[in-house]
Amino acid sequence: MNAMPEAIASDAAVFSPAGDVVIDCNLSKVFYGDFLAVRNSSVPIEKGKITGFIGPSGCGKSTVLRSLNRMNDLIPIFRFEGHVKYHGQDIYGKKVDPVVVRRYIGMVFQQPNPFSMSIYDNVAFGLRLNRFKGDMDERVQRALERAAIWKEVKDKLKNSGLSLSGGQQQRLCIARAIATEPDVLLMDEPCSALDPIATRQIEELMLELKESYTVALVTHNMQQATRVADTTAFFGVDISQGGRTGYLVEMGVTRQIFEDPQEELTKQYVAGEFS
Amino acid sequence: MSEIDLTLLANKQTALPSLHRQFLEPRAMKSGFLTALTWTIAALGSIPLFSVIYMLIIQGGARLDFEALTALPPAGFEDGGGFGNALVGTLVMVGIGGVISIPVGILAAVYLAVLGPHSKLAKTARFVAKTLTGFPSILAGVFTYAILVITFGYSALAGGVSLAVLMLPTVVLAAEEAMRQVPQKMTDAAYGMGCTRTQVILKVVLPTALPGILTGVMLAVAGAAGESAPLLFTALFSNYYISELMEPTASLSILIYNFSAMPFDNQIELAWAASLVLVLIVLVFNILARLLGRPKY
Amino acid sequence: MASNHFQNNASASTLSGPPSTGDYITDSVFRAVALTCASLLILLLAYILWEIGGKALPAFKEQGLGFITGTTWNVNEGQFGVLPEIWGTLYSSLLALIIGGIFGVTIAIFLTQDFLGNRFAAVFRTIVELLAAIPSVVFGLWGIYVLIPLLRPAADWLHEHLGFIPLFGTELSGPGLAPAALVLAIMILPTVAAISVDAFRRIPYKVKEAAFGMGTTRWEAILKVMLPTASSGLLAALVLGFGRALGETMALAMLIGNNNQISLSLFAPADTLASLLASNFPEAGAVEVQALMYAAMVLLVITFVVNVIGLAVQQYTMRKFEGKK
Repeated sequence: MNAMPEAIASDAAVFSPAGDVVIDCNLSKVFYGDFLAVRNSSVPIEKGKITGFIGPSGCGKSTVLRSLNRMNDLIPIFRFEGHVKYHGQDIYGKKVDPVVVRRYIGMVFQQPNPFSMSIYDNVAFGLRLNRFKGDMDERVQRALERAAIWKEVKDKLKNSGLSLSGGQQQRLCIARAIATEPDVLLMDEPCSALDPIATRQIEELMLELKESYTVALVTHNMQQATRVADTTAFFGVDISQGGRTGYLVEMGVTRQIFEDPQEELTKQYVAGEFS
Repeated sequence: MSEIDLTLLANKQTALPSLHRQFLEPRAMKSGFLTALTWTIAALGSIPLFSVIYMLIIQGGARLDFEALTALPPAGFEDGGGFGNALVGTLVMVGIGGVISIPVGILAAVYLAVLGPHSKLAKTARFVAKTLTGFPSILAGVFTYAILVITFGYSALAGGVSLAVLMLPTVVLAAEEAMRQVPQKMTDAAYGMGCTRTQVILKVVLPTALPGILTGVMLAVAGAAGESAPLLFTALFSNYYISELMEPTASLSILIYNFSAMPFDNQIELAWAASLVLVLIVLVFNILARLLGRPKY
Repeated sequence: MASNHFQNNASASTLSGPPSTGDYITDSVFRAVALTCASLLILLLAYILWEIGGKALPAFKEQGLGFITGTTWNVNEGQFGVLPEIWGTLYSSLLALIIGGIFGVTIAIFLTQDFLGNRFAAVFRTIVELLAAIPSVVFGLWGIYVLIPLLRPAADWLHEHLGFIPLFGTELSGPGLAPAALVLAIMILPTVAAISVDAFRRIPYKVKEAAFGMGTTRWEAILKVMLPTASSGLLAALVLGFGRALGETMALAMLIGNNNQISLSLFAPADTLASLLASNFPEAGAVEVQALMYAAMVLLVITFVVNVIGLAVQQYTMRKFEGKK
């Protein structure tokens, strides 16, 4: 698990954010079996900010995001070189349990994925998991309020989470993820399955969430990144070796990435020349 | 027809082909014949079912009363009597079979579907389950005879064990299938919240797959209730109510088998009544399987 | 156990904590139990083979392969041979396969190829499924009191007029091969029909469209396109049906007459391996039990071989007709 700073430096200048780094992610190589999916990507996640991951499809941005809370462990052929440090501790360390990592680093997925339980039970799921002893009703209500869905569901908390519309389901999933107040929230294209109105609601929600959480957001939509992300990491695809290997092209403050990109590739991408 | 422009066709052929339906053309006649044959075969194929149902209702229904359901089997020339002990025996032995096979089957399915679906062990176990479902049911009886009856004699326990051997592969395959239907995005969500694998299984996979699992379990129970071959020489038969698990025990199916060969009308009437009860039990579990198979949400 | 020091750095408000010791113990225990249960399944098969094989071993040593070619079953003289039973098993199952196969596949065509409206098809499918739910022993009873009396006039006529054909060489005195095979056919019909229906359903709609687009009649489409495309699935249905017929016990024990003879006649009583086991086990002494265990092994081997052959043929047709590897 050697970090390879030289290799990274050759592609992009390492970005160092101004504030505290919550997750120091430095992936020099990520493999699925023999397939090199991602290389040379150093993505620091800053505390209390929204870090956006953009790039064309297949560039490995979701892979990087999923390696931040060890969701990739569920794929048996996944392996990587480099390190991911959470508050300075290697989350892939030998003694670290991925289950514990995921309790502090929550995740919202691309497809809304409520459990086939009632709305209330969905939100209370994480609280029960962590043996929360306080006022459950109040916590559930607060999470639903913050996910901007309380008004719509307060009279039907006993209904199935699956009975809601797609946008509501996704907000329910966000409520479920934030009910336990995790430290970091990873969001993997949370709006890709939603219509524009639901998307706008979720985006407003993200801006509120960053008051209390650190958020890492994968998005396919550049406008979304400009609207919500403080920092943006742009990933590209390298097809020179025959495969499709994603890598970090450039990372910086969002405005700088979109208005004054340093790399030619970033310029072309934000100008909409390819996607 | 005259509206259609067939000039292209007409250039090549001297006469315009008729587009009308022609019933006497060979291929049309062949079609008609085969269709008639199919209807006949389908009708013939359903006659046995209606005949069986008719007999059960007419012959069995005539004799089905409280006495038949509770009394002990009659001896040779006796009138009256019933099959209460056989009814209880069937329920007890199916119960034993379920108590053994359902938990083991579901846990094995958890391993096959969630914990190690691609492991060598899972592949072997899956193959074994499929092989076991193809085995003749009487072999479950032969096996139980070898491990239990030779040492401890005929008993309700041996009967239950032989039914468990039959039910186990059905439960495993159905439960595995049901758990595989749980969408991955749901298990992802659970892992993403920091669930241990056991928590993912107990809190998300099993509850979500429950309808499917229950369907499989109910079908296994229905099959076991109607099964007789393995009971023949594991539980044997008894003319009395069951009082302990380690003694020979009556069952409905063996009672039907025994009575069917007797030269007395009374016994044959009882055999039909017992058949009706047995079919109803099997049917109830089949219907339960369908009702429970509907997802809760 | 994972360390708890993640908590020190996380924001103060978090409710998250690592799983408790109890959670970890539950996790390990549960996974171990599930693993054990999956292994138990494999052990069960091994144990079945071991027990039946072990108990059959003395008889195997005593009788050798003569057991398979022998034609007498005489407990008092210690003579055991199961050739008539093997013959009866294969003959009755084959007859049942022919009848049940034709009916089953035809009914599957009937259900899938637009002969019925959706609602009627659903009703008819329920009828076939109900047929599968009726216990074997009830079919046996039905066979004795409905089928045999029904068959007797026809059998007598056939024997009288066509008695020179070996198939009709004897009179139907009561139980015999014909009623047994017919009931067997009824019992395998639902299996064959259900799996064949699946095979037809798996054919993509575009295949049917292509056939009709070429101007075929419905029956030309069925016979020339649908049947070959579904062939591997139909074959699987037939093999599974045959396997079920081989192992079916109670209805046969009640209907076949349990007579230790080899005859081509449809109306002669015969015996099968499974009904031999069923009728002799309850009163068998130690030596006969060993012979019966040997007979059970023979039945097991036959079922196994049929399944393996079926799988091989199925894969062959799959390559031939569906272009799959």
